[in-house]
Amino acid sequence: MEHKVIGKSVERWDAIAKVTGRANYTGDIPQKELLYGKICRAKITHGKVKNMDISEALKVPGVIKILTPDDVPEISFPTAGHPYSLDPKFADIADRRILTRNVRLYGDEIAAVIAESELAAEIAASKIKVEYEEYEFYLSPEEALKEGAVEIHEGTKNILAATKAEIGDIDTGFKEADFIVEDVCATPIIQHCQMENQIAYAYKDVDNRWVCVTSTQIPHICRRILGQAFGMPWGRFRVIKPFIGGGFGNKQDVTIEPLVVAMSMAVGGKPVMVDLHREEVFGWTRVRHAISYKVKMGFTKDGVITAADIEATSNNGAYASHGHAIVAKGGGITTAIYKIPNFRYRAKTVYTNTAAAGAMRGYGVPQITYALETFMNKVSIQTGIDQFELREKNLTKVNEENPLLHMVQHTMSLRECFAKGKEIFKWDDKRKSIDKDKNTASDYVRGLGMAAFAYTSGAYPKTMEIGGCRLILNQDGSIKLMVGATEIGQGADTVFSQMVADTIGIPFEWVIADAYTDTDIAPFDTGAYASRQTFVSGMAVKKAAVELKEKILQAAYDFSKIGNKVPIEDLDIVDGNIIQKHNGQILETLGDLALKTYYDLHSGSCLTADVSNKCTKNAYPYGVTLTEVEVDKKTGKVEVLSILNVHDSGKIINPLLASGQVEGGMAQGLGYGLAEELKYDEKTGKPLNNNLLDYKMPTFMDVPDLDVAFVEIEDPVGPYGNKSLGEPPLCSPAPALRNAIIDALGIYVKDIPVTPQKIIEALSENREV
Amino acid sequence: MLKTINCTVNGRAMELQVDVRESLLDMLRNRLHLTGTKQGCGVGECGACAVLIDGETLDSCIYLAVWADGKDIVSIEGLTGADGSLSDLQQNFVDKGAVQCGFCTPGFVVSATALLEKNPNPSKDEIRRGLSGNLCRCTGYQKILDAVESTADQRRNK
Amino acid sequence: MYQINGYFEASTIKEAIDYLAGNENSQVIAGGTDVLIKTRERKSGYTDKDLVGIMRIPELKGINLDDDGNILIGSTTTFTEVEEDEIILRNIPSLSAACGSVGGPQIRNIGTIGGNVANGATSADSASTLFAMDAVICLEGPEGKREMPIKEFYLGPGKVAMNKGELMTQIKILKENFMCFKGHYIKFSQRKAMDIATLGCSIMVKTTGNKIDELKVAYGVAGPTPIRATEAEAMAKGMEITAENLDLIGEKCLENASARDSWRASKAFRQQLIRELPKRAIKIALGGGE
Repeated sequence: MEHKVIGKSVERWDAIAKVTGRANYTGDIPQKELLYGKICRAKITHGKVKNMDISEALKVPGVIKILTPDDVPEISFPTAGHPYSLDPKFADIADRRILTRNVRLYGDEIAAVIAESELAAEIAASKIKVEYEEYEFYLSPEEALKEGAVEIHEGTKNILAATKAEIGDIDTGFKEADFIVEDVCATPIIQHCQMENQIAYAYKDVDNRWVCVTSTQIPHICRRILGQAFGMPWGRFRVIKPFIGGGFGNKQDVTIEPLVVAMSMAVGGKPVMVDLHREEVFGWTRVRHAISYKVKMGFTKDGVITAADIEATSNNGAYASHGHAIVAKGGGITTAIYKIPNFRYRAKTVYTNTAAAGAMRGYGVPQITYALETFMNKVSIQTGIDQFELREKNLTKVNEENPLLHMVQHTMSLRECFAKGKEIFKWDDKRKSIDKDKNTASDYVRGLGMAAFAYTSGAYPKTMEIGGCRLILNQDGSIKLMVGATEIGQGADTVFSQMVADTIGIPFEWVIADAYTDTDIAPFDTGAYASRQTFVSGMAVKKAAVELKEKILQAAYDFSKIGNKVPIEDLDIVDGNIIQKHNGQILETLGDLALKTYYDLHSGSCLTADVSNKCTKNAYPYGVTLTEVEVDKKTGKVEVLSILNVHDSGKIINPLLASGQVEGGMAQGLGYGLAEELKYDEKTGKPLNNNLLDYKMPTFMDVPDLDVAFVEIEDPVGPYGNKSLGEPPLCSPAPALRNAIIDALGIYVKDIPVTPQKIIEALSENREV
Repeated sequence: MLKTINCTVNGRAMELQVDVRESLLDMLRNRLHLTGTKQGCGVGECGACAVLIDGETLDSCIYLAVWADGKDIVSIEGLTGADGSLSDLQQNFVDKGAVQCGFCTPGFVVSATALLEKNPNPSKDEIRRGLSGNLCRCTGYQKILDAVESTADQRRNK
Repeated sequence: MYQINGYFEASTIKEAIDYLAGNENSQVIAGGTDVLIKTRERKSGYTDKDLVGIMRIPELKGINLDDDGNILIGSTTTFTEVEEDEIILRNIPSLSAACGSVGGPQIRNIGTIGGNVANGATSADSASTLFAMDAVICLEGPEGKREMPIKEFYLGPGKVAMNKGELMTQIKILKENFMCFKGHYIKFSQRKAMDIATLGCSIMVKTTGNKIDELKVAYGVAGPTPIRATEAEAMAKGMEITAENLDLIGEKCLENASARDSWRASKAFRQQLIRELPKRAIKIALGGGE
């Protein structure tokens, strides 16, 4: 199909507002009589609040009120940005209270101050005196699972969930193997570091409902959770999302929203704002699950997988949030990329006293990809089978069903990605050059690494997928686009606008997008996560656009004079004009037609399309990272010399936005592989580096030139031949970097982040691969 | 405790009563409603609050409002033309796709403005170093680099 | 907003000292990159203070050569100013590099070399180079002026030999400590910007032919305060510059170091850096590359 707007790098509609500072984020919207809230956080890591004395805190000038667990509903609620589950068996675990008496991690939320200024609230929060009963605390699943461990949540034995998925028979599979390889690895707790911290305010509106303005990826889900947290009809709440300064999954969760509503309720509906400090976002919002893996696989002597047994243990931290869904995703992802006749995937999610782990860009896939792709690297080294070849022997094929996810894929272009990647990267030339220098006595050695990944587009069939879109033909022929899907910086609204323009046949500039998502106005859609929007919400947008176009053409036909009528099949819209298809003749402008639809004395109406669409399909995107590193053997320092991501995401809707997504993901993957880790004090359970200085998110100087390429094979399932792209880019850089380091040094480094210290330790122990 | 200060903000001379406890960021956002300058960390680690003070880029979150006395301050709002027109650098941020969530963007535009003022012909490494006080989690910095490079190129070829 | 009680802008050294002496609750603030962060953290001793700003005192600013050819650096000279100063670049480029390795541009544009030293951190980027040059710290207080070697100025982590009411006015580097020396500073950190040194190593070396006449090796984060590797320095005198000898020097440097395990880095890793970095710094200083 020929596209006029799809596939073009149109300018994102909000770019000018953002470069001039005019884009309003939650904290930028003026409010009359705004009050400020501050959370009082526990100073122990595990235990109970026995007593709280707020008398001194109340004396701080400017303090209005202090809330304790006694002042908020005794209702437990879930927080994950998942669709509601009709089946209670699959419902998210409801283990949160707005304020808690049970302290499950250092900094848990035990009280909250409302004051006239942020400083007054902060000073007061520091003056609340608390008496605790303290328990032993656990920073790792091993500790939390030990015999006699205190339960973080009653009746759980500290196990949130344990599951097993099986295909074939692994014993048979291992018997058929010519050789068996085993490996272990672990990934760290890391944090999203979106530039805008969690911020929200709430007030009582003129209709006596509660409005929460918040930086969220999931406005409609947030509204539902507010209803659940207060035990009130969900319609009593309205959630508004202004411009949002990034999320990466950190805001695919409800965090401070119930609290700000509770605060506003406590002061008669006046607006109250909570603007978390960076340290709080690090320590007490959400993090990525640290997962450790034991992997065992059997192969034929040619390198074909006969069996795989994976055991994964996930550190969920103190509260369920997204819980077991993250580690569980690894099973289906493994069978999405590799064909494994006999497979067992055992996963366990464990409560500990660290920050609650939730969704983070990649949703469990960066972890399993790290495990799989470092494992394949080991197999390649042990067998001497080329890395690409080894993978190619085992890749899944199109039109085969994923035995765990029960989805059939129509496109799978990893082979093409490998070929394109090797060519652009000059892999073979680099290999030769490195091998030539191998025996020089320099402190600096180079190495090559690669890693591949599979992902999903949206969450179906794990959860239901629904997208909503409303289009209105304005009086001048422009079109108002309304979606419940959420713009969080990735450019979703721009891409939706392209879809509308392309499908209806108008210039991109004629589509009017929205900065805000307002649950009172926006059609229902579950939000920005699971790389679902261009795919799932895109289906709704396309359906609405097709429907509106039909209505427009019908109107064009109806309004044309009898005797002069062009058959409706011969009508089309091109560049905003109603044209006759067979000769391209312009009949009238869409603007002129729109006026008629509105103002004709006898007929016509405001033309709209309002679509809600269930998506019951999935299409897997794939890709590969190739990288070259130089390692300083004496200090362990790693320099990334070059790095390339090649993606199979089907048709690319906007190449400039798409490459921006990829580059951002690559930089995050680079941090994941080499530097980032949220650490805790073994003695106190306190987070040690919950700030942007001590947490090593890459700076401008730490990121090399990032190279990006696409293999654009249109997928028949995606609305425009597209598959997902948002999360995929960060899945493979970390294992590729680690593999390159191994290649350079010829020694074994197991876990990420591969820091200089770990490299020096491995070198000094001379660990063999 | 209030103090009177005299300063220029985005070209406008003003006399202001500021609280000694206030940061320049507080002053810009809360007193002058110049909300283009963002707060990302409050401790000078992210650069989202960068502004120009006498032509130098500084983090306004760790700069006391009283220090602004006698200073010439330019925030992101002051880099945009009075008629709303974009600077060449802002235009390149738009054209090169250097904007995603946009929260770090004002700080980057401010820092890059100062960088190009000081060094009109920066190498890639000089751009990286010159902007290393500003963090971005969306872009991987690549397109910001492209935007600054092409601004320098365009200025050279003018 | 910061939890500050009051603010006084001093315009002369005397004004500052008088205010400091007359107010028990006073606290000097220069660029604020340290004090304001501690205030925000609500660190004890840093809230509800009466701050005394010293950035507008002209005598505390700038870099000059005195009549004897010594370099005088005003305490509120910013990192950027030190980094880009002609006198510094010509005579002690390693100090320029050290100041250029602090944080990012915004921090370097306001953070001061005096503040870097006065806060007593072992990780201070400028401190190891100042140690390598035996810098002299010039103080002024109600009792008058005094000077002391930087080694004596550092008392322990976060502790310096500055009395209540005293102000650091200048950092003096004697001509004999930089003339004919070549120097180099290596900051080893996890990131290339916005970071604290895992280990900082600054060397000054004087050679004749291929022989070391004098070597000074200073470290940050190799102990509770910046230190000098005096044992290695003594051993290096007269040594031929060979790979083997550099290895010996690196190894010897460990004798003065007392690196420890912390969550930021292990003792063993820091020791490896203590061994390795001076060798590299010497090679680079002497123009040999790495």
